Amino acid sequence: MDKQLIISIGREFGSAGHFIAAELSKRFDIPLYDHNLLDQIAEEMGVEQHEFKKYDETPRFSFLNRRVNGHSTSMQDHLVRMQFKFMQNKADNGESFVIVGRCAEHHLSHNPNMVTIFVLGNREEKIKRIMNIFNMKNEKEAEIMMKRKDMKRKTYHNAYCKGKWGDSRNYHISINSSVLGVEKTIDYLESFIRAKYELNG
Amino acid sequence: MGIEQILAISIFVLMFFLIVTDKIERHIVTLTCGGLMLVVVFGFCMKSFPAIWKTLSLSSIVSSHFWYSSGEGASVSTGINWETIIFIAGMMVMVEGMGESGFFRWLCLGLAKLVKYKIKPLFIAFMLMSAGLAMFIDSITVILFLASATLELARLLKFKPAPLIIAEIFCANLGGSATMCGDPPNIIIGTSLGYSFFDFISNTGLIVLITTPLILLYFYFVFRKDLKKTPVTDASQLPDIKSAIKNKKDFIVSVVIFLIAVVMLVTHSMTGLTVSTIGVFVTVATLIFAGKKAPVILKKVDVKTLVFFIGLFIVVGGLEQTHVLELIADYIAILSGDNMYLLVVIIIWISGLASAFVDNIPFAATMIPVIKTLSVTSGLPLETLAWSLSMGTDIGGCATPIGASANVVGISAAAQEGHLIGWGKFCKYSIPATVIVLTVSTLFIFVRYI
Repeated sequence: MDKQLIISIGREFGSAGHFIAAELSKRFDIPLYDHNLLDQIAEEMGVEQHEFKKYDETPRFSFLNRRVNGHSTSMQDHLVRMQFKFMQNKADNGESFVIVGRCAEHHLSHNPNMVTIFVLGNREEKIKRIMNIFNMKNEKEAEIMMKRKDMKRKTYHNAYCKGKWGDSRNYHISINSSVLGVEKTIDYLESFIRAKYELNG
Repeated sequence: MGIEQILAISIFVLMFFLIVTDKIERHIVTLTCGGLMLVVVFGFCMKSFPAIWKTLSLSSIVSSHFWYSSGEGASVSTGINWETIIFIAGMMVMVEGMGESGFFRWLCLGLAKLVKYKIKPLFIAFMLMSAGLAMFIDSITVILFLASATLELARLLKFKPAPLIIAEIFCANLGGSATMCGDPPNIIIGTSLGYSFFDFISNTGLIVLITTPLILLYFYFVFRKDLKKTPVTDASQLPDIKSAIKNKKDFIVSVVIFLIAVVMLVTHSMTGLTVSTIGVFVTVATLIFAGKKAPVILKKVDVKTLVFFIGLFIVVGGLEQTHVLELIADYIAILSGDNMYLLVVIIIWISGLASAFVDNIPFAATMIPVIKTLSVTSGLPLETLAWSLSMGTDIGGCATPIGASANVVGISAAAQEGHLIGWGKFCKYSIPATVIVLTVSTLFIFVRYI
């Protein structure tokens, strides 16, 4: 791509948001950053990445953390700062990429080349997808997992961003992947992104 | 229980809750709660201007023994402990001057060179240095510089810095408990109850002297696998010690001021100079010699912490004036019965447990009037309870990442370089060390004082 394009995708658990992000990264031929972003940060810092994963996109508990003169015991705070710095560097260098979650729509909001998307889905569709991906037999189990994951994402997001997680006013487009189906949602988003890309000149 | 007592307790609980939740900066919390205490409890409920005046404690500053105390028993005041605030402010200015000159980095790199950059001796040397420096300088500064040097050396010598940083944090808190000026709870205990530097060093200092070898052995044992030999590093990559000194003149001046401050502190019970005088002396000396850099140094002083102390003292003063702390003391006295051993155990271990989870500074400030009352009701000498409180609050704070400010700073410095030290990792190593020191402290106090 000759011009910079950043696609930020927030998603509900089970909505196929990650799959959509991966497909868009292929269609626009730009890298995808999700949890692999931590691998790159760890590699650059020369540390083991498995420690990072434990705190990735997890909420910060005020009762268990303390701040002193700008220093914090919250590992989440530090990880967010590292990820933000990483995203910021990539964006400042003019690189194009798709980023999943990590409050990107907030941290990079000043970047005019970014398209912000939130993918949601119908409860039944999401549960079906979760059961399929995680090989679950029990619908209740899938629902509990979905609610837990969404709660974690929401708490994490709302702790580090001004806007609320999933609030359509914070994204250029919010789309229910259950309405058109995943493939058609990708097609729709692709045309939306291309239209905005062209508009940017 | 009167309405003023209920309100005083409510304000105090609100303050603690807001400090723990960490949503609002703690200096804003204590100052607001202090203001509430003055207006609502003293003003509306008690309608007592003398109580406000006593809590603000402004008259203490103009009294002669605030600056010079002949004989034993310095100023014992309630409300805002200005002696603590002036001394801490002075030490902040001095430490900023030392940091500006490159003293701490020079010391760390020099020590690393002295042990020939070998991991095991480096581990022991840095732990000892952490404890030694924290006896005279606030543990936040010690850890800030020590952790930074540790991370720099870890990159070059290719060792894991997290174990060393955990050990350094513990040793900084341990060293701080040995002296009157090492840890904020000790400064508050010392100035509030009129103890000298010598009183601390000959009591809590002795406990620290006994426990330090145990702690060195403990950390050496638990981290032995992380202290393996590393491949020889290219000597050209190692940091140049001389480069640490930013300005030779500033460096010499800051070291001389530091040494004079140490001498003044060690001898203050003999010279009669109070810690307020020492605080003012180091401030003036640092600023005069800093010349044009004086505004830069002053700008870096942590005013928020000083404001935090002022608000805190007002809130605790409110509890004191409304006699709430006497109620707590009575309850502890009932709990321990006539058993003095049990009373010491309660003070050390409850202080330790509380300080592991809440800031040990407000806890110590709250407990001082409590132990004063307990001493009268139980007949146990005040100093026995004071050393119990000192060890409990100072060492209890080592147990968790949030227990003491040094822990927060050390963990944060490591995390910024990608070395994450979460609750699990920190507590796994720090809780046993805390238990070791608190157990030895309890036994020591049993044997020596009861």
